[in-house]
Amino acid sequence: MNSASLEYTDRESLKAIQDERLINTVKRSYERVECFRLRMQEIGLIPDDIHGTEDLAKLPFSYKKDLRDYYPYGLFAEPMENVARVHASSGTTGKRIVVGYTKNDLEMWADCIARMMREVGVTEKDFVQVSFGYGLFTGGFGVHAGAEKIGATVIPISSGNTANQIQTMIDFGATVLCSTPSYAMYLAEEIERLGLKDQLKLRIGIFGAEPWSEEMRGKIERTLGIKAYDIYGLSEVMGPGVAGECRFQNGMHVWEDNFIPEIIDPDTGDVLPLGATGELVFTSLTKEAFPVIRYRTRDICSLIPEKCPCGRTHIRMHKPQGRSDDMLIIRGVNVFPSQIEEVLLKVSGKEITPNYQIILDRVNNTDTFDINVEMSDAFFADDIKSIEKTEKTITEGLRSTLGIGAKVHLVNPKSIVRSEGKAKRVIDNRQGKI
Amino acid sequence: MIIKQLSVFLENKQGRLEAAVEILASAGIDISALSLADTADYGVLRLLVDQPALAEEKLSESGIIVRQTRVNAVAMKDVPGGAYGILRLLSGTGISIEYMYACVGRVSGEALMVLRTDDTEKAEKLLEDNGFNNVSPQDIYRI
Ligand SMILES: [Zn+2]
Repeated sequence: MNSASLEYTDRESLKAIQDERLINTVKRSYERVECFRLRMQEIGLIPDDIHGTEDLAKLPFSYKKDLRDYYPYGLFAEPMENVARVHASSGTTGKRIVVGYTKNDLEMWADCIARMMREVGVTEKDFVQVSFGYGLFTGGFGVHAGAEKIGATVIPISSGNTANQIQTMIDFGATVLCSTPSYAMYLAEEIERLGLKDQLKLRIGIFGAEPWSEEMRGKIERTLGIKAYDIYGLSEVMGPGVAGECRFQNGMHVWEDNFIPEIIDPDTGDVLPLGATGELVFTSLTKEAFPVIRYRTRDICSLIPEKCPCGRTHIRMHKPQGRSDDMLIIRGVNVFPSQIEEVLLKVSGKEITPNYQIILDRVNNTDTFDINVEMSDAFFADDIKSIEKTEKTITEGLRSTLGIGAKVHLVNPKSIVRSEGKAKRVIDNRQGKI
Repeated sequence: MIIKQLSVFLENKQGRLEAAVEILASAGIDISALSLADTADYGVLRLLVDQPALAEEKLSESGIIVRQTRVNAVAMKDVPGGAYGILRLLSGTGISIEYMYACVGRVSGEALMVLRTDDTEKAEKLLEDNGFNNVSPQDIYRI
């Protein structure tokens, strides 16, 4: 069966493929990966207990910490002579992690990206400028291979040097741009400022590897005159391309012949009903060098149960709203600091987010929600009326983004306590109060 | 005369005002006028000083949000109705006053009126044309 027909295969046949692949992945991992075997033994499970995807929830979770504990190659299921490439990510905290790929894994990865690219209209006639970083980061090489597989002309410029990016885009006639959304936004603003839009041939953008909003998509699309599509992935699971949008731009298809997504309650680990919001968990079905079983991504999102008008049977996921480690529940509503940052950034109109702190408390059974925002040049005005207006804009922006009200207080610059250079974002005094 | 006023953001917390004034005092900067507009949470402190550039630098260095604002300064006879004449002059010209405050000038018997309008240049021209061009730089700055 070729991979393109798998995108449209009926759910029943897809499940049969997943069952067979899951059984095989569990068996291989049990035999070859100590960490997984020990976890199975702890709960008294053997590979024969797994008959198909209906048994998925019986399997133990795996975590980012495992990659650190077994650094560098301890979780690989293939001898190193079969590992064709490694990638690594440092992350902002702790030791870096390493992942590996066999030749088949690299082929599968390229195939996932090529599927998405083809769907959004990339062909062998296109010039794909890859402005993701090349190196240990998975972005550059991952997208590169997908574009090559389609037969497009790849411009492997990597990230950085904006003037050179724009000149290359013009001179080489780039029609597709792949980068992080924030970099695309920056390029778009520069191109607009320099009045170079007319010299561009760009028509498609594929952006991912960091959170972005629909507003940002709209702005990038308008400024560059392109269609912008979202791509999702993480190096622990593979890299960009685990999921990608189709031309309908309404959720990203997870390539379910290679990956099974689950949404769980991050606190209890229970699988949530289809459509509910929770932590995204992935199990790989075809990866050889570094298979993952129920890997906790810490990303919070939901799956979309409805069928997609594009005809693909593979389930779609919404763009992650944030990380489970950061999620706050205030008056029953999920709130992510990233949403607050987005509002502050928009109001300040600057590239740097103003420093802020969330203070939660409970009075008479109700959560109180205060946000201290450090005054900055962007917010300051000579008269009280203008400052009050800024305060109001922030408050209203928060209400419409979060769905609940917060009290905003403008405070002196540098008055929010920092520890080790980083401001403590949340002070939660609700513990034990009713 | 158009003069440079410093506007400073102050959170309404004990010690914030003293801290700002202290910074200026230790730099040898003389404050000739001071006015505070505030809400429950914060205020804007407006200052006339003898060395505005130095004052701005010192305050910024200490992490205080400060901005130079151009305002109109007019000397008034410290007699009843002094302010009324200026207000009457501006009203009906399309210039709107954002805020104003009075302080004691260096010339005895005279008060200094500080005006912030939405069109500083236009207001200044109007004041000059009507004989209110009566503040000398020495009254404000160290020269
Ligand atoms: Zn679709």
